[in-house]
Amino acid sequence: MDWINAIIQGILLGGLYALFAAGLSLIFGVMRLVNIAHGDFIVLAAFLALSTTTLLGINPLMALVIIVPVMAGIGYVLQRSVLNQTLGDDILPPLLVTFGLSIIIQNALLEIYSADPQKMNAGPIETASIAVPGGLNIGVLPLLMFVVAVAVIAGLQWIFYRSALGRAFRAVSDKQDIAQLIGLNKAHVFGLAMALSLAVVGIAGVFLGIRTSFDPSIGPGRLIFGFEAVIIGGLGNLWGTLIGGIILGVSQNIGAQINPGWQLLAGHIAFLIVLAVKPRGLFPRID
Amino acid sequence: MSSSSYTISRSSRASRLAAIFGILLLVALAAAPWWAGRADMRLLSEIFLYLSLACLWNLLAGYAGLVSVGQQAFVGFGGYMLFALAMFAGLSPLAAIPLAGLLGALIAVPVAVLIFRLRGAYFAIGTWVIAEVFRLSFAQVSALGGGSGTSLPVGIVKAMASNRSMREATTYWLALGMAVLVLVVIYLLLRSRNGLALTAIRDSELASTNYGIDIWRHKFVVYVIAAGLTASTGALIFLQKLRISPDAAFSVNDWTAFVIFIVVIGGIGTLEGPIIGVIVFFLLRETLADLGTTYLLILGLVAIVVMLKAPKGIWGLIKARYGIELFPLSRRVVDRDLEN
Amino acid sequence: MPDALLATRELDAFYGDFQALFGVEIAIEPGEVIAIIGANGAGKTTLMRSITGLLNNSPEMVTYRGHEIGSLRADLIARRGIAMVPEGRQLFQSLSVEENLIIGGQMGRKGPWTLERIFELFPVLKERRAVPATALSGGQQQMVAIGRALMSNPDLLLFDEISLGLAPIIIKSIYDALPNIIGDGMSTIIVEQDIAKALSVATRVYCMQEGRISLEGRSDALSREQISAAYFGV
Repeated sequence: MDWINAIIQGILLGGLYALFAAGLSLIFGVMRLVNIAHGDFIVLAAFLALSTTTLLGINPLMALVIIVPVMAGIGYVLQRSVLNQTLGDDILPPLLVTFGLSIIIQNALLEIYSADPQKMNAGPIETASIAVPGGLNIGVLPLLMFVVAVAVIAGLQWIFYRSALGRAFRAVSDKQDIAQLIGLNKAHVFGLAMALSLAVVGIAGVFLGIRTSFDPSIGPGRLIFGFEAVIIGGLGNLWGTLIGGIILGVSQNIGAQINPGWQLLAGHIAFLIVLAVKPRGLFPRID
Repeated sequence: MSSSSYTISRSSRASRLAAIFGILLLVALAAAPWWAGRADMRLLSEIFLYLSLACLWNLLAGYAGLVSVGQQAFVGFGGYMLFALAMFAGLSPLAAIPLAGLLGALIAVPVAVLIFRLRGAYFAIGTWVIAEVFRLSFAQVSALGGGSGTSLPVGIVKAMASNRSMREATTYWLALGMAVLVLVVIYLLLRSRNGLALTAIRDSELASTNYGIDIWRHKFVVYVIAAGLTASTGALIFLQKLRISPDAAFSVNDWTAFVIFIVVIGGIGTLEGPIIGVIVFFLLRETLADLGTTYLLILGLVAIVVMLKAPKGIWGLIKARYGIELFPLSRRVVDRDLEN
Repeated sequence: MPDALLATRELDAFYGDFQALFGVEIAIEPGEVIAIIGANGAGKTTLMRSITGLLNNSPEMVTYRGHEIGSLRADLIARRGIAMVPEGRQLFQSLSVEENLIIGGQMGRKGPWTLERIFELFPVLKERRAVPATALSGGQQQMVAIGRALMSNPDLLLFDEISLGLAPIIIKSIYDALPNIIGDGMSTIIVEQDIAKALSVATRVYCMQEGRISLEGRSDALSREQISAAYFGV
C-alpha cells in the first residue's frame, strides 16, 4: 500500500517537475538558449509570491494573478535588454551570462530574505484530501497542481502549434533571417518566448512555495529536475516532458521509500539510465 | 634579403621575455617558505590551486568546447579519494594525491561516455547532475562521515613532515607544483597534434550538434586528462583544509562559479587568461570579501558585463591592442634578418 | 531618377573586412520590372541583402519612397512593403504549407493577395496545404516561397535566383505564372543567372560583375555582345 501511495504521490509530484521543465523546454525550442538561472527564477517567483501574500494578506493561489504577469514582464525585459545580446553561434555567452544571473538572483534573495527556509500557507486546501477506493487518500492540493500542470502543458502545446504566436516562434526558430524578411522582429519574438517561459515559472514558483519549504539556495536543484524531465521525455516534446517529470517524481518517491537518503539520487539515476539507454529521450520529436 | 631568411616561429620577443620572467618568478615563489609569512603562504597556495582549476576549466570550455558547470564533481571526488586512501589504505597523503588524480581520470571515462551524449548547454547541466550524484553518493558513505563529513586524522597529518612549518612548506610546494604541472601539461597538450585538432574543431564547429568519432576522441582525451588533474587539485585543496564534507567538496560556487569567473574575466580560450583572472579574482576577494553576499552579487555582475562587452576578457583586450602572446601557441612567419 | 520607388546610391557593402559591393547604383520606378544579372559571386545576393536590410549599410545608401532605409532592420523594411523570394526557397520547415503562407501575411498589410488567391494561382498548394512545407518538390516549394512573399502584399517584390536548382520545365511554369503575379503593377526586381529568362520579363537590365554594375539599359536595346561582355568581363 505504501508503495502504491508513493507512486501516486510521485505522479502528482511529476506535474510540478513538468512545470519546472516546460519553460526551459520552450525557450530552448525557440532560441536554443538554456537558461541556467531557470531554477533561481522559480525560487524568485516563490519569494515574490511570499511577499505578495504577506503584504496583501491574500491566499498564495490568488497571488498567481499578480506573480504570473510580473514574471512574464521580467522575462520580456531580461530577454530584450540582456539575453538577446548573447545569442549567436557561440553557446558560451548565453550559458555564462545566465550562470552569472543565477548567482546574482541567489545572492540578492539571500540579502533580502536571508537563508531561512520559508513556506506559504494556502489554507484548509492544504490538508483536504479525497478518499479513493483501496484506502488511499489523495491530497486535493497536489491533485490540483497536477491538473494545472497538465492544463499548462496543453496550453503551451496549443500556443506552439495552433496560434499565430506559435507560428512566429517556430518560424524564428527555423530561420531567423527569413523570419525578419516577413516582418517578424526576432528580438521581440524572443522576448515573448522568455515572457511565456517565466510566466510558467511563476506558476511553478507559487506551487513550489506552497508545497514545500524553500530558501534562496534551492534554485539549481529545481533547474536540474526540470532539465532531467526534458531529457527523459525527449527534447522538443512537451507531452514527453510531462511524462519525464512523472518518471522523475515516481523514481524519487520510490527511492525515498527504500531509504530517505536515496530520494534525489534515485531520480538522478533514473535520468542517467534513460540517457544511457535512449540518449534522445523516451519520446524524441520526429523531424 | 633572400626568401630563405623567413622562418616559421612560435616564439616572439614577448614570449621569450615572459619565459625568463616566469622562471625568475618561479624561483622566487619556490623560495617563499624562507621569505613569506604563514598567512601569505596559505593565500598563495590557494591562488595556485585556483589557477590550476581555472586553467583546466579553460582547457575544457575554451579549447575543447566542453562547457562544464560540474567540475566540482572531480574536485570533491579527488578530495574524498585522498581521505579514503589515507584513512583506509594507509597511504601517505603525498602518494595519495597522484593516485586520487588517476582515480579521477578513471571515473571520468564512464562519465564522459554518458554525458557526451548531451550537446552544448545540455552537456553543461549534465555535468552538474553528475556532480550532484557524486555529492549525494558520498553523503551515503558513513565511513567518510556521511552528510556531515570527516576530518583527516591527526596522525596522518603529523606523519607528513617532522614539524608544522615543514608540513606547511610541503603543502605549499605541492600547490605550486600542481599549478606548474597543469600549465605545462596544457601547454604541451595544446602544442601537440591533439591540441591542433582541438583548435581546428573549436574554430569550425562551435555550434555544431553532431560530430564524428575523431572529434569525439579528441574531446574525450581532454575531458579525462582535465578530470584527473582536477581530482589531484581537489585532493590538494582538501589536504590543506584537513576536513571534508559533501557540501564543501561538491560546492558549485567554490569550485565552478569562481573558476568560471576567473577564466571569463581573464580571457577564455587563452593560456594567459586564467593567470590574469586569478590575480583579479583574489584582488577583488581580498578587498571585497567582507561584503559577503554583495561581493558575490558584484562578481556575477562583473562576469555578465565582461561576457557581453569584452567576451575575450582582459587578456583578449591586451592581445588585440598589443598583439603579444606570453605562451607561444600560434605560429608566425618571421623575417630572420629583421629578428637578428 | 527623382521619382524612383527604390534607389541605391554609391552602395558599398562589406562582410567584415571583405568588400562585396562597390558604388552600386540602381533604381526602380513604380510598376517597373527590372532584372539584375551576373555570374556567381558578382554581388547580386549581397545587393538583395542590402535592400532588404539583412545587411546593414549607411542609411543614405538605400532610399525607398524618398526615405533612407540603408541601416533599417529587416523586419521594419518588410513592414514598408518590400518582400523577397529568397534564393533556395528557405521555407520554414516546422510550418505546414498553409502556415508558411499565413505567416507571410502576418503583418496584415492590405492588398489583393489572400490565401484564396494564392491557392487559385497555385492549386496544387491547396491540395497539399497541411503537409510540412519541406515535404514538397522543389518546384512546389518555390510556389510556396512566392506565395509567402505575396501574402505580405508588397509594393516591391524581389526574386533572388528563382530558377536556381529547378528543372527547366518547372522554371518555365514559374515564369509562365509571373505575369499573373506582377501584372497588378507591382514593382519587381528579378535576380537571375539565366540571361534569356531575365530579359523575357524585365524592361530594364542591370548587369553585375565583381561587385560593380558593369552594364545597364533597356532589355530590347542591349545586344548579346554587350551583355556577355558585361557578364563575363571579356
